[in-house]
Amino acid sequence: MASNVQVTAKSSVTPGENPAARSSTLAYGALIVGWLLPGAGHFLVKRPFRGLLLFLSITSMFVLGVAMQGKLYAPNAGEILNILGFVGDLGSGLLYIVAKSLDYGRGAVQIATADYGTKFAVVAGLLNFIAAIDAHNIGLGRKS
Amino acid sequence: MTFAPSHFAAVLLFAAFASVVFGITQRSTTQAMIKYGLYCFAMFVVAVVGAGWVMWLIRK
Repeated sequence: MASNVQVTAKSSVTPGENPAARSSTLAYGALIVGWLLPGAGHFLVKRPFRGLLLFLSITSMFVLGVAMQGKLYAPNAGEILNILGFVGDLGSGLLYIVAKSLDYGRGAVQIATADYGTKFAVVAGLLNFIAAIDAHNIGLGRKS
Repeated sequence: MTFAPSHFAAVLLFAAFASVVFGITQRSTTQAMIKYGLYCFAMFVVAVVGAGWVMWLIRK
């Protein structure tokens, strides 16, 4: 006969602390940290293996994009495609900030491989947005 | 540091990295993540090969 007895988990919440507020803080922390460093949000919500895989995938994609002499978009208010490219690049968080500050990435695309590299860097950023939002959802309890 | 893969190698790398992220973020259980990741990888590669053949036909 199956047992439906549920054991109450030992709470780590201190008396007086609101569990909902704590969960919300954790979720938003995971969102910000996950954006800054790919996969870090999943570490924060105790999904380290997922975080490691995300870190390896997104970081490899961004680094390979830069290594293919891809273009890293700079902040600008000119063409809409450049703005969108910048938003995509910025999704990689610290990876983009460090790469840009060290002057990595080409200003203009000259060969086909460099065009792929540009797309690799932009898509790495967009994938990192998805990963950070996933960590946020796990923190909120919307996803296991 | 420069890296210049062939076009097909670039496709495989892109598909692999994107599929890992899609698998982890779009499914909840480990088995479903692996299945969906493999599905996405296959779809990426099939779509690229298919698009390549379409371009070949247009060029003819």
